[in-house]
Amino acid sequence: MTMNFKELESLIKEAFPDATLEIKDLAGDENHYSATVISSKFNGKTKIEQHKMVYNALKGKMGNELHALALKTKEKNGPTT
Amino acid sequence: MDQQLKEQISNEIKTNDVCLFMKGTPDSPECGFSMAVANILKLLEVKFKGVNVLENQNLREGIKVYSDWPTIPQLYVKNEFIGGCDIIKEMFENGELKKIFQEKNIPHKS
Repeated sequence: MTMNFKELESLIKEAFPDATLEIKDLAGDENHYSATVISSKFNGKTKIEQHKMVYNALKGKMGNELHALALKTKEKNGPTT
Repeated sequence: MDQQLKEQISNEIKTNDVCLFMKGTPDSPECGFSMAVANILKLLEVKFKGVNVLENQNLREGIKVYSDWPTIPQLYVKNEFIGGCDIIKEMFENGELKKIFQEKNIPHKS
């Protein structure tokens, strides 16, 4: 059960195109990652909702292909169009 | 999901003000993430029930469906899902977790 870095990155980017994203492979085993996602899509959402949005972006892989993802989400505030 | 399992879960979180679904037990956690949350609750001197999902495969999968949350541990306070390991750690660090215990009248270290 592993998930490569690129796949993880592209799944998150796909769901949060504006995101500032930092992913680390913590153990170098493609199985324990940390991710910080900063996106305006989180604005006004609770932490639980924010984390669920990321889990949804991973399309059911969290807890299956992907064993561990230490997750941090933050709202991105800035000029809106 | 199975009605009986659903009732078992809702019974646990109703009868225990602070209920942690975890891998292993509070005294002998079997996963680092579960240990982190159990340790935070111990630090805050909060009395909690640890439910070991490793003892029951149905429960282990069922709690994920029940909470719509893909990972273990999961913390419930007074029947409300508070979060998993990352959220609890963050809330502990910024003081929000203590606030929740205060608001919900859960005895804890002040």
